[in-house]
Amino acid sequence: MSARDEIFGAIRRSLGVAGDEAPRRATVEARLAHAPAGIVPRRGQGEPAERVATFKAEAALAQASVAEVAEAADVPAEIARFLGENHLPATLRFGEDARLAAMPWEATGLELSRGPSDGDDANAASVAFASVAESGTLALVSGADNPTTLSFLPNTHFVVVFAVDVVGDYESVFTKLRAAHGVGAAPRTVNFITGPSRSADIEETLLLGAHGPRRLHIVVVGAP
Amino acid sequence: MTVPSTSSRFKANVSQALADERLQGALPHARNFAGARAAAVARLPEFEALRDSARAIKDHTLAHLDLYLEAFERKATEAGGQVHYARDAAEATATIVDLCKARGARTVVKGKSMISEEIGLNAALERAGIAAVETDLGEYAIQLRDERPSHIIAPAIHLTRKDFEAEFRRAHRDLPADRDLSRPEQLLGEARAVLRDKFLSAEVGVTGANFLVAETGASIIVTNEGNGDLAQVLPKVHVVVASIEKLVPTLNDAAQILRVLARSATGQDMAVYTTIAVGPRRPGDPDGPEEWHVVLVDNGRSAMLGSPFKDMLRCIRCGACMNHCPVYLAVGGHAYGWIYPGPMGAVLTPALLGVAEGGQLPNASTLCGRCEAVCPTRIPLPRMMRQWREREFARRLTPAPARFALGLWAFFAKRPALYRLSSDLATRLLHLVGRARGRFSWLPFARGWTRSRDLAAPQGATFQSRWRAKSGRVK
Amino acid sequence: MENVVAAETAKPPTRVGLFVTCLVDLVRPSVGFAAVKLLEDAGCEVVVPSQSCCGQPAYNSGDRATARAIALKVIDAFAGCDYVVAPSGSCAGMLAKHYPELFADEPELMRQAAAFAAKCCELTSFLVDRLGVKTVAARYEGVAAYHDSCAGLREMGVKNQPRELLASVEGLRLVDLPEGEECCGFGGLFSVKYGELSDAIVGRKASDVAASGADTLLAGDLGCLMNIAGKLQRQGRAVKARHVAEVLAGMTDEPPIGEAAARVKP
Repeated sequence: MSARDEIFGAIRRSLGVAGDEAPRRATVEARLAHAPAGIVPRRGQGEPAERVATFKAEAALAQASVAEVAEAADVPAEIARFLGENHLPATLRFGEDARLAAMPWEATGLELSRGPSDGDDANAASVAFASVAESGTLALVSGADNPTTLSFLPNTHFVVVFAVDVVGDYESVFTKLRAAHGVGAAPRTVNFITGPSRSADIEETLLLGAHGPRRLHIVVVGAP
Repeated sequence: MTVPSTSSRFKANVSQALADERLQGALPHARNFAGARAAAVARLPEFEALRDSARAIKDHTLAHLDLYLEAFERKATEAGGQVHYARDAAEATATIVDLCKARGARTVVKGKSMISEEIGLNAALERAGIAAVETDLGEYAIQLRDERPSHIIAPAIHLTRKDFEAEFRRAHRDLPADRDLSRPEQLLGEARAVLRDKFLSAEVGVTGANFLVAETGASIIVTNEGNGDLAQVLPKVHVVVASIEKLVPTLNDAAQILRVLARSATGQDMAVYTTIAVGPRRPGDPDGPEEWHVVLVDNGRSAMLGSPFKDMLRCIRCGACMNHCPVYLAVGGHAYGWIYPGPMGAVLTPALLGVAEGGQLPNASTLCGRCEAVCPTRIPLPRMMRQWREREFARRLTPAPARFALGLWAFFAKRPALYRLSSDLATRLLHLVGRARGRFSWLPFARGWTRSRDLAAPQGATFQSRWRAKSGRVK
Repeated sequence: MENVVAAETAKPPTRVGLFVTCLVDLVRPSVGFAAVKLLEDAGCEVVVPSQSCCGQPAYNSGDRATARAIALKVIDAFAGCDYVVAPSGSCAGMLAKHYPELFADEPELMRQAAAFAAKCCELTSFLVDRLGVKTVAARYEGVAAYHDSCAGLREMGVKNQPRELLASVEGLRLVDLPEGEECCGFGGLFSVKYGELSDAIVGRKASDVAASGADTLLAGDLGCLMNIAGKLQRQGRAVKARHVAEVLAGMTDEPPIGEAAARVKP
């Protein structure tokens, strides 16, 4: 008997079932198909403008910095400003996200590179698939548009959040994902990111930049 | 078959821990978690309801575990992953070692994973000539010291800054000996650079899983550092190792439990990185692993499912119980002698190792109940500790002198009239002996107490005998 | 002096069976008499059925059979009482929360145990929550730290009640203990079986008490009191430990816990 068979046999013996009982199967199928939502906190709910305000406040509590710009075209200037003010290298890498590509980068004078990170990048930019107000959390999806490595290897990570993509809760992100990818299918990785990388392993002292970015700067674009 | 334990020598471990000045200096840091959790809970009105929701989801999943495992396997395989089953530690490590060997791997980078400790994965890899590198900052430090984690969330909580410095100087010999490592940021920066190289060169990344999601076949890991993410995106092979009770039905179910996980553990609303991953890289992905494996480990869980201890399978490994436990806070995690410390370790260790080896742990509790009060899935930890004691008693594993004393006491306690008479005699006698000071510094059979505390002497005749002596009040 | 009571005087007095607890019975009967006074002042008729113990030592040692045998005797002995009141959160918790569990697999006995459990209370919560007592007429000069016993806190919901009553004691000032919801390390037989560990835990609690500025330690459980007082005394610290019932009843003539009679005479 294979390990798989033995384990399933042991589980079914413990539960006192054969495994083919129709009611149990129906219950499981229904839950998987409908994915009922449980309790959603009120904190992230409310009108879109409220949600954006909550998102910004919660993100700041997690040690991210947050700026607002009126339109996508203003993003490069904001990123350049942040890099300059913080005396950071004037370089930036991002993926194939068309929205980033369409932004006016020339005026910033930043040295740009494209594609996944090779481990030596100082700064990178991504666009969030969605953002969650209840905890100031960014949802980023793997793929050529916003490679996963950009979220982890560079020292400073810029994430562009379109205000219309700020949702109240994680369940709403999953709904958007199902709509984009189909029920039961998924991208390789969905990263929920709340603040810059941190560790408190040394005497419970909070330090930023453990393995991931030391700084996370969120640029919220437009109105919700 | 699993890694060795010293849990049966718990009392000796306790003595050692209490005498360890360095450890006693570091332990107070573990007290920060309780206040952080309280603050996070105060900020979320729905917290108590979410605990109920989390509990219900876990119970439902466990009751249908076979079916959710089937669904998970189906989805994970559809996404291009390979699912392996391991009955025990040996089978789990053999599976992973074989995967590494097939890839010619020389280095494995690891995210923090308690199940990998339980099965002894690092040692198995080393025996096969493969370097296993822990990448969580705390895990990295304790790996250098050849120690196990002493807390399931903060593995190096027993170490001081000086300990980190000493280990880094010892291990990173190619760095300038006169470099300054007096500040935590410098230690962090050094670890980041050293481990960055490992991430980029390792052939295999192994992570645990906080959740396995049946709906999409995904694993979910929760970290603050991002090391688990680098371990699963950079190497060509990503292996998830997880015990079977990590299953949850859907992403929405995971969201329920995620809302109580970080709050219970560190007082954060969310950890910095909560990552949902399934399968190898898709066509068009510029990064990500080429191969994705999930090793599902039983190692005693399926047996627990049919036992009085099945509620323990609801544990989401948050650490809240140990953060609030007077025993853990007094002696730290290593004293428990195996992998899992604190109240959850006291219940889980005898379940996985047997009550003969692990039985001391559930006895070493005042049953104060603080653990159950903070457990996000409402596991009745004190009740299960008592149930272990019942098993020990039934199997006559209680030491003979204690059994005798208890039996003697029980004889009297079951006979109130006889009890009243004999206890009155005893208290009058003890009062006479002790009345000069009103307390004893030493009393036979009470050395465990009087070694370090005085013991109040009785006031003389018992309450019941005095009550009866008062006229008109005899019942 | 009478206490303020919310009960109507036309009804027969509430018949309270005092569950004195083995520690009070054997070591400090004055606490039992203080409890009687408080109950009688509140208008209750107090009876003391023949009793030994609630059975916790057996229960917590895994000897279920003995615990059940004792429980049946207790339930029987207190059959004629409207309420069963114990000056201890730990013993009250055993009666009120664990007796039904002892008979979980026997429906008829469980029903009896549940009916019994429903009438079991800890002393201060009985006075405040059931009888509506708001004040006591007592006097105690001193600064007191109140320690919450774990079972009282978490099993019986005892937290505000003793504090409310103590607030009415003239001359008494209450201070809070840091980490007040943390165990004192007594745990019954744990204090002897794991003496070194118990000592480490109580050492911390004793330091907290000493640092609080209190000259008196109060609690609703004699086990906790003997544990903390025993540690304070071994450390040579001058803190008087008493059961809260003694102070509430104005019966503090007896020396504090662990002190000799001779010392107290002026």
